[in-house]
Amino acid sequence: MKVKYFAWVRERIGKAEETLDPPPGVRTVADLIAWLAGRGESYAYAFETPRVIRAAIDHTHVRPEATIAGAREIAFFPPMTGG
Amino acid sequence: MTIPVTIRIQDADFDIADEIARLSEGRTDIGAVVSFTGICRGSDGGEDIAALTLEHYPGMAETEIKRHAEQALSRWPLQGLTIIHRFGRIMPGQNIVLVVTASAHRQAAFEAAEFLMDYLKTSAPFWKREEGAGGTAWVEARAHDDSAAARWTKS
Repeated sequence: MKVKYFAWVRERIGKAEETLDPPPGVRTVADLIAWLAGRGESYAYAFETPRVIRAAIDHTHVRPEATIAGAREIAFFPPMTGG
Repeated sequence: MTIPVTIRIQDADFDIADEIARLSEGRTDIGAVVSFTGICRGSDGGEDIAALTLEHYPGMAETEIKRHAEQALSRWPLQGLTIIHRFGRIMPGQNIVLVVTASAHRQAAFEAAEFLMDYLKTSAPFWKREEGAGGTAWVEARAHDDSAAARWTKS
């Protein structure tokens, strides 16, 4: 699946997107955040406070308990500040 | 008759008068047009702002704004709707966002414009970064914006 990062999540990780193949035990958005946080120092920093991280699956906002099965694109970003 | 809905995500500026005229010209059924323009301020909390940079999520930004536009259309008797959100670097005094709502009467136009702005602030995937004297910093989301959006789900 394609994973995208925006704003300070993108800056902390140091990349805007990547293609990942998480292990089968990673079932939900919260699982994916925990798995990503273990991928290195920059990921740990980006995901150090999981409750502030927002996620979208295929362009739709989702909650941490949402399943990632079948997702083509998952995005992680801070709370939005547009408008 | 289909209701004209325009949604644009762009780096270019927009002309408010042109957008209002485009929505209402040749129409005699519109009795009220409300427009809201969000403008880049030159200071925030006493700190000078040299510029804002707006990052967005292409694809999702359009989808999310369209979703809220459809909600507004189902909730209020609107006869036209325009939403424009800019991205990129924006200087103080320049436009950031425009919402124009048209209806037969003012109440629907006022309420729909406010509803759309409240949701744009909390749900549209845009992020502001401020450039100031001390460097650049991401703007933090405000709890006030969340409560402003939440009030539309009551009653």
